[in-house]
Amino acid sequence: MTLIGWSQILLFFGLVLAVTKPLGTYLFRVFEGDSQPLPRVLGPVERVLLRLCGAADRREQTWVRYSLALLAFSLFSVLSVYLLQRLQHLLPLNPQGLGAVGPELAFNTAASFTTNTNWQSYGGESTLSYLSQMAGLAWQNFVSAAAGIGVALALARGFTRRPGPEGQKTLGNFWVDLIRGTLYVLLPVCFVYALFLVSQGVLQNFSAYPELVTLEGGRQTLAMGPVASQEAIKMLGTNGGGFFNANSAHPFENPTPLTNLVQMFSIFAIPAALTHTYGKMAGDTKQGWALFAAMSVLFFAGVATAYAAETQPNAAVASAAQVARAGNMEGKEVRYGLSASALFATVTTDASCGAVNSMHDSFNPLGGLVPLVNMQLGEVIFGGVGAGLYGILIMVVLSVFIAGLMVGRTPEYLGKKIEAKEMKLAMLYVLIFPLFILGLAAVAAVIPQGVSSLNDAGPHGLSEILYAYTSGTANNGSAFAGLNANTPFWNITLGLAMLGGRFLMIVPALALAGSMVGKKVVPAGPGTFPTNGTLFTGLLVSVVVIVGALTFFPVLSLGPIVEHFLAGAGKVY
Amino acid sequence: MSPAASKPASLLDVSLLKPALRDSLKKLHPRDVARNPVMFVVWAGSLLTTVLVVKDLVAPRPDAAPLWFTVSVTLWLWFTVLFANFAEAVAEGRGKAQAGALRKMRKDTTARRMVDGREERVPAPDLRKGDLVACEAGDLIPGDGEVVEGIASVDESAITGESAPVIRESGGDRSAVTGGTKVLSDRIVVRISVNPGESFLDRMIGLVEGAARQKTPNEIALHILLVGLTIVFLLACVTLVPLALYSGVPLSGTAVVALLVCLIPTTIGGLLSAIGIAGMDRLLRKNVLAMSGRAVEAAGDVDTLLLDKTGTITLGNRMATELLPMPGIRMEELAEASQLASLADETPEGRSIVTLVKDTYKMRPHELQAHHATFVPFTAQTRMSGCDLVDPHPRGIRKGAVDAIVKHVQAQGGAVPAELVQAAGRIGDAGGTPLAVSDGARLLGIIHLKDVVKGGIKERFDRFRAMGIRTVMITGDNPRTAAAIAREAGVDDFLAEATPEAKLALIRTEQGRGKLVAMTGDGTNDAPALAQADVGVAMNTGTQAAKEAGNMVDLDSNPTKLLEVVEVGKQLLMTRGTLTTFSIANDVAKYFAILPALFMGVFPEMAPLNVMGLASPFSAILSAVIFNALIIIALIPLALRGVRYRPLGAAALLRRSLLLYGVGGVIVPFVGIKVIDVLLGAVGLV
Repeated sequence: MTLIGWSQILLFFGLVLAVTKPLGTYLFRVFEGDSQPLPRVLGPVERVLLRLCGAADRREQTWVRYSLALLAFSLFSVLSVYLLQRLQHLLPLNPQGLGAVGPELAFNTAASFTTNTNWQSYGGESTLSYLSQMAGLAWQNFVSAAAGIGVALALARGFTRRPGPEGQKTLGNFWVDLIRGTLYVLLPVCFVYALFLVSQGVLQNFSAYPELVTLEGGRQTLAMGPVASQEAIKMLGTNGGGFFNANSAHPFENPTPLTNLVQMFSIFAIPAALTHTYGKMAGDTKQGWALFAAMSVLFFAGVATAYAAETQPNAAVASAAQVARAGNMEGKEVRYGLSASALFATVTTDASCGAVNSMHDSFNPLGGLVPLVNMQLGEVIFGGVGAGLYGILIMVVLSVFIAGLMVGRTPEYLGKKIEAKEMKLAMLYVLIFPLFILGLAAVAAVIPQGVSSLNDAGPHGLSEILYAYTSGTANNGSAFAGLNANTPFWNITLGLAMLGGRFLMIVPALALAGSMVGKKVVPAGPGTFPTNGTLFTGLLVSVVVIVGALTFFPVLSLGPIVEHFLAGAGKVY
Repeated sequence: MSPAASKPASLLDVSLLKPALRDSLKKLHPRDVARNPVMFVVWAGSLLTTVLVVKDLVAPRPDAAPLWFTVSVTLWLWFTVLFANFAEAVAEGRGKAQAGALRKMRKDTTARRMVDGREERVPAPDLRKGDLVACEAGDLIPGDGEVVEGIASVDESAITGESAPVIRESGGDRSAVTGGTKVLSDRIVVRISVNPGESFLDRMIGLVEGAARQKTPNEIALHILLVGLTIVFLLACVTLVPLALYSGVPLSGTAVVALLVCLIPTTIGGLLSAIGIAGMDRLLRKNVLAMSGRAVEAAGDVDTLLLDKTGTITLGNRMATELLPMPGIRMEELAEASQLASLADETPEGRSIVTLVKDTYKMRPHELQAHHATFVPFTAQTRMSGCDLVDPHPRGIRKGAVDAIVKHVQAQGGAVPAELVQAAGRIGDAGGTPLAVSDGARLLGIIHLKDVVKGGIKERFDRFRAMGIRTVMITGDNPRTAAAIAREAGVDDFLAEATPEAKLALIRTEQGRGKLVAMTGDGTNDAPALAQADVGVAMNTGTQAAKEAGNMVDLDSNPTKLLEVVEVGKQLLMTRGTLTTFSIANDVAKYFAILPALFMGVFPEMAPLNVMGLASPFSAILSAVIFNALIIIALIPLALRGVRYRPLGAAALLRRSLLLYGVGGVIVPFVGIKVIDVLLGAVGLV
């Protein structure tokens, strides 16, 4: 590890810290304020869109109605993206004349982009037309992110609203949240962001792929396309689906160290800001900062481990002193180096983004363990836009329940009692991860359809299986690589994992919001369990780690952990 | 022996152990185990490993784990279930012992039922609601009821543990009698108010036996958490078999069950019901009878305490503390008049005046006879009392409420000095009660009656403030007086000139703000407020209506008991929290014991993960299982006794508990498992 390496990491974190309050305040104004920015320009657009969604009256919804609206919209999304891919050979903006996408792959991709996962079993440049990329995927990048923010806001409203004497049942309106998030937050930022990316050399065209003769005299096809417009939302919406197969390692997607820094920063920007929005909703910004602090602790633990692991030489070449001194550079771009690659891997898996600028498969065992664990902790280390906040809030409910009793009161959060019903919903939420990740991995590890896709044997192969289902269920979308996921078995099981990891978790979260929103608020006093200080931050970190570690430690010890010890003994896979 | 009078049985009383051991075996019945899902998983796991042992015995396989290992693990898994059963049985056993004593008391009572003015002897269980029974000195009162005729002193020690007899009389707030208590003097007629099986004693037996016990709301929520965690670990362990198979690691059924049992929260799962029963039991030892576990839990959550001033915050009676003569009146004259006016006054206030005059002004009490005095008693109309003298010259001495005396003096043509109103105002401001004294048409002065705040009460309220609980004093006094006493006693707020309606309204307002309210009460007019309060503690001396309305009865009728009730509630919740935290934190060490043991056969390179340096894979797994079982036994005393509550404020309390049970919970099993491993090695088992 070097000083320069660490200063990159600290610079990155400083930027995130700096944006949290202003952006969080802006988000609060957009979603909870009485008037939205630029009412003359964007106001009419909002009204037209709301009318289109049948929500012109902006009437608030109960959790059931909110969930139904979200599910209906998502069903529409899955179907439209599926059809777009199946019919792309008949549609315009297909200069390469790419054929229709196969049914399993189209299902997988539709599920992937609807759930904000952006797992890619396809290679963008060789599979999808510009229309499929723009109207299907980029569109989903926007709305799935906005929908995630909506769910987080609904849950936040459930905790923070103070019911009047006539009670409180509603959590906001899904369509209003969806449209405001897209219109006032994602679109304007991405507009500027895309222009910045173009200025740095990211592509933005509709050209056919040119053939070039390289310096050595070989022939090469250069993939083209409207990259910058998709790249911006890919990061800001923690989507992560690259325009090209190589994702953010591709020079046309992420050309310079500056774009690399901005890309990482834009992954964390909204998730970090939402903690502050939450604090403002709770009427106590320290509540938000406590969440931010817990996330930061986990972030630093991850990045330090990954960076330290990657500075060690790859066990396969450890004997070659010249190579070993550079640390583990296999699968990394020289223009980013160890620190920015380890940082990118940590950030993208903390935040359920899934963009990659290096091959996680090539990381040292413990370096590869970090992205895996980040995801398995529930995507709560800043997490996906919205998903991170509602995920950590579920962990807060668990923490408050487990330890809250120790102050001699029945558990409460922000003055609202956590009772049997909330516990049931929180546990349903928690169960989805082990059910899908461990359940599917256990099947894939023993049946031929699963194992035949592996490139590597032994513990590394297990990590590949585990990583795929973790990434899918956690709606991350990054790939460990080394696994041929474009087979009917993998496309379908991963598609199910993604859908389960999104909607089977969102519905309990919204139900929890619905059950909390009407609860009476007990004013805080000296006997109240404090949830806005360092003590609580520490507790929250322990609960996140223990719940995650206890669930996945056995299988991790058969994967990256045993691989680490074997590598130490000179056995590599 | 009575429940209350009995010495608190030591935690593991030998006489209770035998039945508890028998009960823990009985509780192995699937019907009983199924009520606790966590222990049910252990039970099913034990059954599975037993089958595996039998299979190994019948058809030994060469690659199987050694028989001594599978047999020991199986045994210790069964012990885990038994230990959890034992914890519950011990908690129940303590209740049952008390119930047994109570039941003995209920037997062989014969009642003297009054039918048409005649008495007939019937066994107590034949009595019905509405029957009239006569009780004389020496009789046991055959059932709960109300005194409708007569007055008697009653020994209620069987219920309350208090040996001093109490007075029970018809009418008023002291008319309720409890079945099983003994009449010491006089004769009363009691109207029975409950049918057999519903009496106070019956309910008490049901409660202490745990027969009437239902899971409380928080207990249910905690159960859901534990079941959820159990399912998570079930998934983790079941999927581990195929995942290990992929890695070429064959896992034996015994080892997987051992891992599962060690990971699921057996510690808290096994002790949860014992904690609940013990909480009720602890309250009973403080002579408070909770009608439901829900009420005990709610007591921990109480935000606002409503306390009656009289008897709780101040000593029951006001005391005369000084005499203030009006200008031109000698102190001796006022003192003498005050004494004469109070000699025949048997109220505590009256007696305190006589005492004050005697002690402070060294005046011996006059003989009323010598003066041919006639005593004028207090009436609600005149609101004064005193005496009329004939010797040496006719005098009419009166004492009473200031406005009443003023009217009396003015009616006789006397003048009222301005100093009187000022003095009365001053006394009122200081929380006292002024009594004016007059002799004929002359106003002599004022007696200052003062409420005496109980010693140590202020410190108790400070403790409550530290807990985050607000105290509100309820009094019939005027606001000025109330404010002064409130200040002196250190309560946070007061409700003056309280009527039953005002009390009820106050509780509703507090609850409207989301607070939980506790109060005590004894009179019939307290019943609505007791019913409305989240925790309503009725005094045992109170009326039947009050007892029915509240959800707890204080057998000692000590209003300060509310403070202890709250502490017991908090203890109950804290004990659950600490054991849950401890249980979950334990898992870290168990992983480090079992996982390397499972995989090291195939991957010997994993040795560094065996941080405890356990002797062998078999010994590691067995040690973890033994630790897991023994920790339940080790924590039974804590579960029964409860974690000590300290009024430190939530933040400090949490820091302390997290350190002790969270961090401690991570460390303890590392040490414990290692020690067991060493011991196993020492006996040569591994």
